[in-house]
Amino acid sequence: MKKRPQKARSHSRRAEYVLRLYVSRSTLRSKLAVENIKRVCEEHLKGRYDLEVIDIYRRANLARDEQIVAVPTLIKRLPIPLQRLVGDMSDLNKVLFGLDLRTKRDAHH
Amino acid sequence: MKEPALDRPGQDARMTQKKKASPPSSKTLRKALTGIQGLDEITGGGLPSGRPTLVSGGAGSGKTLFGLEFLVRGTTQYDEPGVFMSFEETIPDLTKNAESLGFDLGRLVADKKLFLDHVYISRSEIEETGEYDLDGLFIRIADAVQRVGARRIVLDTIEALFGELPNPSILRAEIRRLFGWLKEKGLTTVITAERDRPDRLTRHGIEEFVSDCVILLDHRIHDEISTRRLRIVKYRGSTHGTNEYPFLIDEHGISVLPLSSLGLDHSAPTVRISTGITRLDGMLGGKGFYRGSSILLSGTSGAGKTSVAAHFVDAACRRGERCLYFAFEESPRQIVRNMRSIGIDLEPWIHKGLLQFQAARPAHGGIEQHLLVTHRCVSSFQPNVVVVDPITNLLTVSTLGEVRSMLTRMVDFLKTQQITAIFASLTAGSGTLEASEADVSSLMDSWLLLKTIEIGGELNRALYVLKSRGMAHSNQIREFLITDDGLRLLDVYLGSEGVLTGAARVSQEGRELAAGTSRRQHMEARGRELDRKRRIFEARMSMLRAEFEVEEEVLQQSIVESKTLDEALLTDRRQMERSREADTAAYKKRASAPAAVKR
Repeated sequence: MKKRPQKARSHSRRAEYVLRLYVSRSTLRSKLAVENIKRVCEEHLKGRYDLEVIDIYRRANLARDEQIVAVPTLIKRLPIPLQRLVGDMSDLNKVLFGLDLRTKRDAHH
Repeated sequence: MKEPALDRPGQDARMTQKKKASPPSSKTLRKALTGIQGLDEITGGGLPSGRPTLVSGGAGSGKTLFGLEFLVRGTTQYDEPGVFMSFEETIPDLTKNAESLGFDLGRLVADKKLFLDHVYISRSEIEETGEYDLDGLFIRIADAVQRVGARRIVLDTIEALFGELPNPSILRAEIRRLFGWLKEKGLTTVITAERDRPDRLTRHGIEEFVSDCVILLDHRIHDEISTRRLRIVKYRGSTHGTNEYPFLIDEHGISVLPLSSLGLDHSAPTVRISTGITRLDGMLGGKGFYRGSSILLSGTSGAGKTSVAAHFVDAACRRGERCLYFAFEESPRQIVRNMRSIGIDLEPWIHKGLLQFQAARPAHGGIEQHLLVTHRCVSSFQPNVVVVDPITNLLTVSTLGEVRSMLTRMVDFLKTQQITAIFASLTAGSGTLEASEADVSSLMDSWLLLKTIEIGGELNRALYVLKSRGMAHSNQIREFLITDDGLRLLDVYLGSEGVLTGAARVSQEGRELAAGTSRRQHMEARGRELDRKRRIFEARMSMLRAEFEVEEEVLQQSIVESKTLDEALLTDRRQMERSREADTAAYKKRASAPAAVKR
């Protein structure tokens, strides 16, 4: 069974950050999440991340395998520990905290 | 592999919400049989078909097993495949738990009759970064439903999401959307929820989405005896039993009591069957018990209850009928041995498969357990005769009220099956015998009372028929002997000192004979005395009459004489008047005139 997710963008072969964003079809929220996470990656992880955007619609098995419940869900596979970010990625502080790019969840610049 | 196309639950659900799918009218309320023993009776046909039902209960109350059985029965008995969405237990755990109920989930899954999905989220890994929905879950459900063509689904326990995902308001909206979609799809749904406090049904108020049917499960320990109970809190558009119904979970799944519909509409056979004791048949109108009747056999310890029951069993087996013997006190071997000593050999019947023993001390399970075991055995063995020996042992594990309610159900159940049942009951003393059993005895058609009577340093046995509905029966006490050839009823010995038994009876017989002779002699003597007295009396009478006659004659004589005298005097006077007629007339005239003048 082949279910290699389509690669949305890959910036590095030996990426420090391996991120998978699961969305369900191209809803407004999906688009927003994709835009938001891309911006964060470009700003904070340029050149050291591997991001895939995966549409789970019609791919229920994949949703099961990855334990996707909420959509959108971003899974940070590397670096460990594994972290899940749910939502449209509009709360920048929480996204950075979830990606271990910030130590405090609600810190403000 | 090509993923199957599926319609997206989210969109359908959103449409549903707008349409506000009209609930089916109560007239056309369809129900889906659960196949769970007893539940379909209470609900009058199962859960609302195509609608969600909330099953709420505390930890360990059996919610998950309820859901599992609902699905397994659905797919195996009613050809309605199912989906189990587990939010707590893993699939291996579920499979293992289901095995304890005798369900092979793995096989059903392989046969595409069942789909299991474990939804796992860990809060520690989750960071909420904005708005989200539950499309991931919806896609999984929709796919699972389509894969097996599910008609039923269980969400166990969807409330777990509240603990794992932030933002309850999003969750509530999404769960509402999900339920809308499930209704739209016409899936008969069971949603389990944890009840953490007695004053509310679910931890997160999920019941607000489920308006059709709410079932509450409860598991409590009372007097060190564990009892599970089920109650239907609400069932819109349907009548339902409102009591708390005890239920059991064992290797056959869930069984809710009552197992069969309660009612008094069972038929009343007129066929009579022998008790196996000829003279006892005689006491019962000459024909024995009615088939399908319930007989209470009560007596003190050692009064011979088991022996009477064994006779009945033996007679039934001789007729080729099947007997089921619940031995709550003695082991089957012991019963067989003891009965052989009184000339009843039960062993051949066991070998022939006509007689089956079920032995267990009631302490090993609650009262529900026993009722269930009874039902199960009766259902599988299909007996004509059932013996419960003794029912009083059930009291050790339950209250009188519960025993009574259990027996009521058992009696009803056996009657509907036209099974003749003998309930042996041990009575403690002799005094409170009837009072203590009045509760149970009213359920019974016939009541035989066995008593040991102590007279002259001997314990002897007596039997009488306290009641036997629908037949003329003897109201007399019989002595019965337990002999090598079984029970023998002896004639009633009624004397001035009541019923006598044993040696007392024999000696009383002698005494009665002697006393009879002396009484006869005495009577003869008194008869002679009476004769004498009568003769004297008659002599006196005639003497008196003679005296009276003499007196009467004298009196009559004197009356006649004085009459004659009177007449003679009158005649004399007239003659004198006539002789002096003239002046008498003149005198008369004169005498009257001056008197008038004077006035």
